[in-house]
Amino acid sequence: MKTLSKIYNIIIFAILYFPIVMVIVFSFNSARYTPMEWKDFSFQWYELLFQNEEILSALSVTLEVALISTLAATLLGTTAAIGIHAMNKKLRSAMLTINHFPMVNPEIVTGVAFMLLFVALAVVLPLFKPGFFTLCIAHITFCTPYVVLQIMPKLRQMDRHLFEAALDLGCTPFRAFVKVMVPEILPGILTGALMAFTMSLDDFAISYFTSGSSAQTLSVTIYSMVKRPVTPEIYALSTLMFGTVLVLLVLANIGQIRDIASRKKRAR
Amino acid sequence: MKKKTTALAAPFGIWMAIFTIVPIAMVLWFAFTDANGQFTLANVQEIFAFDPSKGETLWEDSFVSTILYSLWLGFLTTVISLIIAYPLAFSISRATERVQLTMVMLVMLPMWMNFLLRTQAIKSLLSESGLLNQFIGLFGFGPLEILNTDAAIVIGLVYDFLPYMILPLYSVMVKIGKSEIEAAQDLGANTFSVFRRVVLPLSVPGILNGITMVFVPSVSTFVISTLLGGSKRMMIGDVIESMFVGEAPNMGVGSALSLVLMVLIFLCMACTRLVDKSDDYEKGGLTL
Amino acid sequence: MKDIITLKDIAVSFDGETILDGLDLSIHDGEFVTLLGPSGCGKTTTLRIIGGFITPDRGDVFFGDQRVNKVPPHKRRVNTIFQRYALFPHLNVYENVAFGMRVQKKSKAEIAETVEKMLALVNLKGFEKRAVSTLSGGQQQRVAIARALANNPRVLLLDEPLAALDLKLRKDMQVELKNIQKSLGITFVYVTHDQEEALSMSDTVVVMDGGRIQQIGTPTDIYNEPQNAFVADFIGESNILDGIMREDYLVEFFGKTFRCVDCGFGKDEPVDVVVRPEDIDIVEPEKGDLIGRVTNITFKGVHYEIIVDVKGFKWMIQTTDFHAVDSVIGIMIDPQEIQVMKKSEYSGMYGDYSSFSEEFDELADPEAENGAAQ
Repeated sequence: MKTLSKIYNIIIFAILYFPIVMVIVFSFNSARYTPMEWKDFSFQWYELLFQNEEILSALSVTLEVALISTLAATLLGTTAAIGIHAMNKKLRSAMLTINHFPMVNPEIVTGVAFMLLFVALAVVLPLFKPGFFTLCIAHITFCTPYVVLQIMPKLRQMDRHLFEAALDLGCTPFRAFVKVMVPEILPGILTGALMAFTMSLDDFAISYFTSGSSAQTLSVTIYSMVKRPVTPEIYALSTLMFGTVLVLLVLANIGQIRDIASRKKRAR
Repeated sequence: MKKKTTALAAPFGIWMAIFTIVPIAMVLWFAFTDANGQFTLANVQEIFAFDPSKGETLWEDSFVSTILYSLWLGFLTTVISLIIAYPLAFSISRATERVQLTMVMLVMLPMWMNFLLRTQAIKSLLSESGLLNQFIGLFGFGPLEILNTDAAIVIGLVYDFLPYMILPLYSVMVKIGKSEIEAAQDLGANTFSVFRRVVLPLSVPGILNGITMVFVPSVSTFVISTLLGGSKRMMIGDVIESMFVGEAPNMGVGSALSLVLMVLIFLCMACTRLVDKSDDYEKGGLTL
Repeated sequence: MKDIITLKDIAVSFDGETILDGLDLSIHDGEFVTLLGPSGCGKTTTLRIIGGFITPDRGDVFFGDQRVNKVPPHKRRVNTIFQRYALFPHLNVYENVAFGMRVQKKSKAEIAETVEKMLALVNLKGFEKRAVSTLSGGQQQRVAIARALANNPRVLLLDEPLAALDLKLRKDMQVELKNIQKSLGITFVYVTHDQEEALSMSDTVVVMDGGRIQQIGTPTDIYNEPQNAFVADFIGESNILDGIMREDYLVEFFGKTFRCVDCGFGKDEPVDVVVRPEDIDIVEPEKGDLIGRVTNITFKGVHYEIIVDVKGFKWMIQTTDFHAVDSVIGIMIDPQEIQVMKKSEYSGMYGDYSSFSEEFDELADPEAENGAAQ
């Protein structure tokens, strides 16, 4: 039974990773425009990558949008969570329903809805012409609910008397908030921010409908390439990004495992 | 004091009103008005190819079959993902804490490779001269024509959304205590009974969450179907996309279709919520 | 009496750490047996071996005459009350209790009848439809008992079942459990680290430490005649001294020879001597066998607890009379109150009450400190 489930897991993970390995392998392939046929080992796509204006600008747009929307969503989401937590039951559940909406609504519907809004607004305010600004607005909107959702449970778990104790010991409400409440919910804020960043980087459907020719994210650029043959520079870039994430995650994982080990030791 | 705290949610409320509620209201508006802003049912009628003058529906011209086709592929994807993910999630949840961390990381990691590139890799895998056919060719089979079929689309969708099934399942299963399983064994339940009477009912919230997280994006996808299905048949997402950014845009019909998609998905989710009676039992959320 | 469960030479280790080391134990039918010991002594592991959740690396488990090493938990006619009850959160009280019978595909009528009987037994009538998450700790405990008993087990295994309850509730449940055991006449194997619980409930107490059984006996035997320093120290308060057995019925400590009731030791064999604090008489200094100076006195309600320094060794003595600190007193010990034990690996590990009194000074002080601060 144990070996059977092990074999099963290995097969599933192998299938899950096979296409990724392919992308990585073909980032070192010298052939161009023949879709995934191996020729020679080469680093040429990595060299060409840093001369490809289209890809580099898409990368910088993607990162800038992700950074801006993460910051804004974290701020908006944290204040929202604290406010919603203080509400009565009815109002709270109404707010949480609104919060859930962008998460369960099909992305394509969210995307076209944004498109309709921005097209209408652009008539009056040129700022809303599809581009960097609209991308940011859209990303902030679909990232914020994840931040709220990560912080709410932390607020629920928090001892209500902590805040009162801080007031009792002479803190102003604001100081009590900064000194007691923020450290308590910080893990939630951080995971929320991390999720927002991931969601923003990963998004395709909503960006597709809200970005204009002036600013395109990587996934939108890749989409326009997938229709014509993909330039292997994209494989090189994806391999680099994947490698970066892999290294970061492995480091975090080692840290967590060490944490567990030391916790176990202390428990003894 | 309390009022002041509540007011902290005001920016969020205003933001969500402008950028969530208003856009959806605009979809509604476009679905039910014509080019002059007059109320009309024409867009909705076009979806069903309903001809008001004749009072009948021309099914072959309608989008109903597209909608049903999308629901069917979404259903297949969800069921297959559930079947594949369930044993995997359970075995992860029973592993030691260290192994769990590593496995969860391994499940999440593929999401960091752009899904379009992964889908493209699958496309070349499944192609007539692809690795899959070369592999089964070694045993004298094939070549299989998978690419540009429904099977290819479902394979791509399952591959893409499998992590969204595994993670909610895992996050619920990990809360099933070892002692609850032992208690069931102790009371005379064999492996199958333990599964049917304890593990399965306790993982229902995770199953429902996973179903939602896989069904919604797979029904409404508009890229994977084009890449793997060879544009032979469109899914509802493809139609909506073409109505907004295609060569002959028709935002009215596109909005009406979006509306139908939205309503269908919320109906499906309402059904799953009916099954889920465990309100007080902690809901298994996706924890990335 | 017949043995219902026999463990023979059981050894278990996890990750190279030995948990049980050659354990032999027989449990009689209808008995209330308690496995008592500090955490990590192997008592829960022993219970889980009987329940079938752990297969021993070595040794045999018998139910009656049948070897059951390989029998899975669901095929054993024993049931367990788990430490945190392990109630099924998705089932209500009725369904929790009915679980075992549902698995065995019993008839609806039989299930209904048994559930009703069991809920009556644990005083939970009228709670059938309640969700288990809405119950208090004590009520959840009762559901766990009813659920296990509904399967009509011949042996009930209880793994620290009362650990999560508060003191008052714990005392009530002790009485109730004992009554249930008596009225049903089935065997209870009870695991606890609470010596008082063990002494007050059991027919037989099994004291364990370091994966081995230290002593098996009735509660009175265990208390009055501990077999080594560990048992003497773990159960109740005790003064453990180094002594020399001069001959049968004569033991020497503090340079004095005392009459005692123990025999069978070698001539001049070094031994451990145990004297319980409540078994010591305080007399005028000149009449005492030993003379000491009081260093500490604490009022305990029914008695005073005093620490007495005798030639540098601090004794604990319980007495109903007040003795001022620094007063000099005499100590007298009756022969039957002296328990002589063979030297063991535990000898010399427990010492006297000197650290106790220092610790106590600190604990007793805050009152005074507070006063000074204000």
